[in-house]
Amino acid sequence: MTTAIEVNCATGEVVERPLTAEELAQRDADVAAFAAQKHEEEVAAQAAAEAKAALLTKLGITEDEAKLLLA
Amino acid sequence: MANTFVKIASNTLTATTSSVTFSSIPQTYTDLVLKISARDNNGSNWGGGYLRFNGDSTSGNYNGIQLAGLGSSVSNSTGSGSWGTNYMLAGRANGGTSTSNTFGNSEIYIPSYTSTTTQKIVSSNDTTENNATSALMAIVAGIWLSTAAITSIEVLTPGALYQINSTFTLYGIKKD
Repeated sequence: MTTAIEVNCATGEVVERPLTAEELAQRDADVAAFAAQKHEEEVAAQAAAEAKAALLTKLGITEDEAKLLLA
Repeated sequence: MANTFVKIASNTLTATTSSVTFSSIPQTYTDLVLKISARDNNGSNWGGGYLRFNGDSTSGNYNGIQLAGLGSSVSNSTGSGSWGTNYMLAGRANGGTSTSNTFGNSEIYIPSYTSTTTQKIVSSNDTTENNATSALMAIVAGIWLSTAAITSIEVLTPGALYQINSTFTLYGIKKD
């Protein structure tokens, strides 16, 4: 059973309760959105890594040499 | 200049959960700071981290910009398209495949949360360092397109569960 925790800041009471049907449906929608967003992040990271590798090859230097130049 | 940092509430998990909500937030401070040390069980080195204010999950009510360091690369993305439209992307956790017993570290700053005339701007610094080649560090500038005072903050990880010993602490900051 998937639960949610609510901390009432006024009383200090902490309640653990099961998700409602509406919350479960929202959670399913959030999963899809998050999967798409992570894919975008990973694609962007891969593209950046490939561009960097290509530039180093073009310049004929290693990554350590590039860091030395930029230091 | 703020000179008072007061702990409003804190919760350290003793069981897994999908979300933690701070409700009935007192309206007596100037700004809020939410500090999160969390780990979830999603199948990645870095996990989710969404915020929703006052239970608002209306599409189009959130937006933001993220600058992220992923491994040895840097990327940026905006909150249009596939993310950020009905939640704010902030408060990342270490994911399920990250080095064991490591937790993400996030600090989320929310100024003027009691205002009823301005939309809410949020800044977040998230790190998911785990001494491995795959980790994420993100700086987020987010906006909740509402002039309502913030009375509750929900922190959730989509499709995963926060793990035991994850800690969520809400502070109030007040001027003199």
